[in-house]
Amino acid sequence: MLDRLTLQNKSHSQEVLEMLYEDVERRLATSISGACPVDVALNLLTLCHAQSCGKCVPCRIGLQQLASMIRAILDGKGEASDLERIEELAMVIMDTADCVIGAEAAKQVFLGVRGFASDYLSHIMTGHCSGDFKQAIPCVSACPANVDIPGYIALVEAERYEDAIRLIRKDNPFPTVCAYICENPCEAHCRRNIIDSAVNIRGIKKAAVDYAGDVPAPMPENKTNKRVAVIGGGPAGLTAAYYLRLMGHQVTIFEKRTQLGGMLRYGIPSYRLPREKLDSDIYTILSLGVQVKTSFEVGRQLSMEDLKQSFDALYISIGTHAGKQLGILGEDARGVYSAVTMLRQIGDGQMPNFSGMKVAVIGGGNVAMDCARTAVRLGAERVSCVYRRRQEDMTALAEEIEGAVAEGVILETLQAPVAIETNEDDSAVALIVQPQMISYVDRGGRPKPTEASLSEKRIPADIVLIAVGQAIEPLKGDHAADKMNGSRIQTDAAGRVGNLSGVFAGGDCVTGPETVIKAIAAGKTAAANIDSYLGYEHQITSEIAIPQPHLINRPPCGRSTIAHRHAAERKNDFSSIVCEMSEREIKQETSRCLRCDCYGYGSFKGGRQVKW
Amino acid sequence: MVTVEIDGHIITAEADMTILSAARAAAIHIPSLCYLENINEIAACRVCVVEIEGLDHLVPACATKIQEGMRVFTNTMRVQKARRINVELLLSQHDCQCALCLRNGNCELQNLAGDLGILTIPFPVEPRTGSWDSLAPFVKETEKCIQCMRCVQVCDKIQEMHIWQVFGSGGRSTIGIPTAVLSDTDCTYCGQCVTHCPTGALHERDDTAAVRRALADPETTTIIQVAPAVRVAWAEGMGLSETEMSTEKMVGILKAMGFDYVFDTNFAADLTILEEGSELLERLQDKESHQWPMFTSCCPAWVKFLKQQYPLFNDALSTVKSPQQMFGAVTKSYFSDTSGIDPHKMMVISIMPCIAKKEENKLENMRSACGDLDVDVILTTRELIRLMKAQHVNINQIDSQPFDSPLGSSTGAGVIFGASGGVMDAALRSAYYLIEGKNADADAFNVVRGIKGWKEATFTIPSFGQIRVAVVSGLGNAKALMEAVSKGEAAYDFVEVMACPGGCAGGGGQPIHEAMECAEARGEQLWLIDQRAAIRYSHENEAVLTLYRDFLGKPLGAKAHALLHTDENWHHKAAYKSQEMVKAIAINIAMSRK
Repeated sequence: MLDRLTLQNKSHSQEVLEMLYEDVERRLATSISGACPVDVALNLLTLCHAQSCGKCVPCRIGLQQLASMIRAILDGKGEASDLERIEELAMVIMDTADCVIGAEAAKQVFLGVRGFASDYLSHIMTGHCSGDFKQAIPCVSACPANVDIPGYIALVEAERYEDAIRLIRKDNPFPTVCAYICENPCEAHCRRNIIDSAVNIRGIKKAAVDYAGDVPAPMPENKTNKRVAVIGGGPAGLTAAYYLRLMGHQVTIFEKRTQLGGMLRYGIPSYRLPREKLDSDIYTILSLGVQVKTSFEVGRQLSMEDLKQSFDALYISIGTHAGKQLGILGEDARGVYSAVTMLRQIGDGQMPNFSGMKVAVIGGGNVAMDCARTAVRLGAERVSCVYRRRQEDMTALAEEIEGAVAEGVILETLQAPVAIETNEDDSAVALIVQPQMISYVDRGGRPKPTEASLSEKRIPADIVLIAVGQAIEPLKGDHAADKMNGSRIQTDAAGRVGNLSGVFAGGDCVTGPETVIKAIAAGKTAAANIDSYLGYEHQITSEIAIPQPHLINRPPCGRSTIAHRHAAERKNDFSSIVCEMSEREIKQETSRCLRCDCYGYGSFKGGRQVKW
Repeated sequence: MVTVEIDGHIITAEADMTILSAARAAAIHIPSLCYLENINEIAACRVCVVEIEGLDHLVPACATKIQEGMRVFTNTMRVQKARRINVELLLSQHDCQCALCLRNGNCELQNLAGDLGILTIPFPVEPRTGSWDSLAPFVKETEKCIQCMRCVQVCDKIQEMHIWQVFGSGGRSTIGIPTAVLSDTDCTYCGQCVTHCPTGALHERDDTAAVRRALADPETTTIIQVAPAVRVAWAEGMGLSETEMSTEKMVGILKAMGFDYVFDTNFAADLTILEEGSELLERLQDKESHQWPMFTSCCPAWVKFLKQQYPLFNDALSTVKSPQQMFGAVTKSYFSDTSGIDPHKMMVISIMPCIAKKEENKLENMRSACGDLDVDVILTTRELIRLMKAQHVNINQIDSQPFDSPLGSSTGAGVIFGASGGVMDAALRSAYYLIEGKNADADAFNVVRGIKGWKEATFTIPSFGQIRVAVVSGLGNAKALMEAVSKGEAAYDFVEVMACPGGCAGGGGQPIHEAMECAEARGEQLWLIDQRAAIRYSHENEAVLTLYRDFLGKPLGAKAHALLHTDENWHHKAAYKSQEMVKAIAINIAMSRK
């Protein structure tokens, strides 16, 4: 007699297929750069088509016809009118497919035809892709500052730590800072993901920094007698100053605060970036002979016009130091602060005392986490992090959120702040929130929160910290302010501010709050373009010989990560939270690097750039 | 030094050597295909893969450095299988109709497949197709391209012109140019990509059909000129040894093939020296009115390069035509007058070591004798060899013969035009005479000779003073020199530039030999011919002097100007960027959709 029901066991082939799917997921997430988008679109389409059951016409035949048309274009047999036919067919499939397998596959094609029309057209008109082939080293091209990552990994492996620092400084004068707080976009594209998982690039950089000791900066070029003013001494300004000095120009930094560092000092707490580590990078930059005027507010003590008169070029890198407001009732009550204000005070050593207090932090970004974790360290009895979306929608790094939770921060997600309740002294006593539910995806692709049918909730709070975004503090009486669109300065891709001859800008004041490595990239870009503007072609270069790759680097191997001090211990102080990786871990991690600078396209056209 | 074991042989070699170079130094042959020493070491074809003890995958010998104690096996079953399958894969996308290919018998892929004993291809054979501009002086056959990237690398690294690009990715990646037609790029037609192509994917446009028709047509008088560098290379393709090869033998064969007049481009080279030497002296006497240094103008690839890449130096270029074009202009005027042959019924054919020459005859100012093209057809040395073979001349039974008169007599100064430094050497010999009224020793200027890419010298001519010269060959070197001159880092009076490394001896139209650069050896042959020549000064070429006396008047005179010089304002048409057009159209369409 047949069994009425049986428990399903995965067949061996199903298991293998699932494993292959996982491999492809990692491969796709790595998104190999340089591939022809039309060719990729065709192959994604055929994969989707293979998943179709074949019942309905639009999916069974339509997807096949879409693929045939795209293939014809790739084969050089396409016509411009084919694009309209592809669009039309894709729309019909989207309209008529019975299930999402076909509809979503057609939608991908549709988005591609719209999104990379010029690539399709190039195939139709010239028989090949537009532009030339850019198969760059994945990590290097993903790094905004294009740091020579495989180069320094190989140097760390060879225990040439000082050379590793020198090589990093070719593109980034903040090796120490980045060893602690870089968000490492490089790792997302690491080709190692195809085998197992990305190389722990930041961990290797930290080893370089830890073992190298003091590495002096290179000698600057001969004096050019050109003078550049840098307004704002954060990472973008300091980076520009470093390279402009190396190129032989005179540089003066005007800094409004009492110390240099910008958000590295006045935004990032010392438990993430120990002050002596920040100071060591700044010391190296200043060792080149950069003039610094701190507590100097351009616009107040000296006008922009005066600066333009006395300098050959200006670089504005004033960051975003004004906290955005929520516009809710009670926001000006006592005990309510903007995140930037509190972190700035701490940066100058003024520690508020939160002992025994209840703190509510509003926001879901890294700044919110910094505030929450700082509040824990300042003795708060209870710290909540209030956010109107879900945890997975938070823009803060997962590592930061996990760290905060481990240190006792309570995540109040799907709670939209409505008002701050005050007592008779006009001091905050609670944050009133409206519970939300997550709902439809908005135009930007994120699911939007909407009011849940639940009543308002009261979160007790003596202190409310608002971390919902930042804007620039405009320079007083300045024409560049005319170029400010809302909260940012407008520039072209080279960093030029409008047609203001010789005025450049970059960093957070142009991009809005961004990562430190993007600010560094902005400073580097500005230095190159200011040098050209001044009539020079100085090249920043490195002559460090890079060790040969190993012949064995492919065996699958787990990724060693940077460990953190235990939460119960670290939450009581402002000392660095990270532990050192062991020498053995570093050795293994460096050996995982696939050396894309030497293998694949790296040995042909996609290899090392030794100068810029 | 590092000690390694390759196939059981203990080898000690420099630590930075690759397995391939260490093996070859020890006479162990590892087959390779895409590899080109110092130029293309990208390990693309995976033919040179070898097995290393302790390693789980094979490695390319061309791109893997030796390491102390390494044990290498170059011919295990695993290696043989990998090598064979990789070659079979290449053949599956290659047009294997070898009988129809002009590299038949001289193809690195064919040789390799033969050596490996491949008789069938176990994959569906589907050569890739692509289009090519039929008017271009050289041809790319995608069907034969194995994407070794040598053309890209030679153009990038040696010539620094960056004409060839890789388009697309994956299975659709392909080598090409960014425009629909070659003339829209800055390609100088130097042909170095062609001479470094391992297969028949790149070759000269075959122009032999017109010559064969003319030879068969009794109405047409066929007049052939042979460039200096051809005489030291033609025999390579005929299977003759160096001792069997002689200029006179070549002339004998050409006559047997039926050419009515066999003349010598060397005659026009001597003529060039008289014009160019006189021009140099004229400019030197009025230094303020001229742009410096004066550049030679015999290499059409260089002339195109200068006019495109450094147009501000246009006036510094000598206005004299190249020997090829001077020859055509004199033939269809002076020789037509003296022989009574209707210039419209002449076919002037050049045999050149060059591909760029195939287009030079169509430039402005190159119809100065009778209105027709001064030179009708240009064949490369390789096409000459094919024509010789096709005409079934029994070369063993052919006697050596001298060139015909009057455009066949020349001096040692003419023949060295084919080697880097030759034009400079010859020009200095005559310039010295024109200034001093007596000859310097013919070897007085020999420091400008040799294969080096950028040579400099300063000579003292007693009645004049010092003259600073430079000789460069290879466009990468030309670019470096132009940058130095532009920035004021280098200053010269006279500069010779040849686009191909080593000059015409290494020209893009010369015979191709696997993994061999022949410019130096051929150049030495040319210098030897000069050493042995009875006359070694262009200004002593009696036939040239007669030409001036009876026809041209004096150097730089009105008639000489009309026939032998270009109008200095002529220029190559500006590059037409169709790639930008595509982008503009794409943007328009994208906009109109919104």
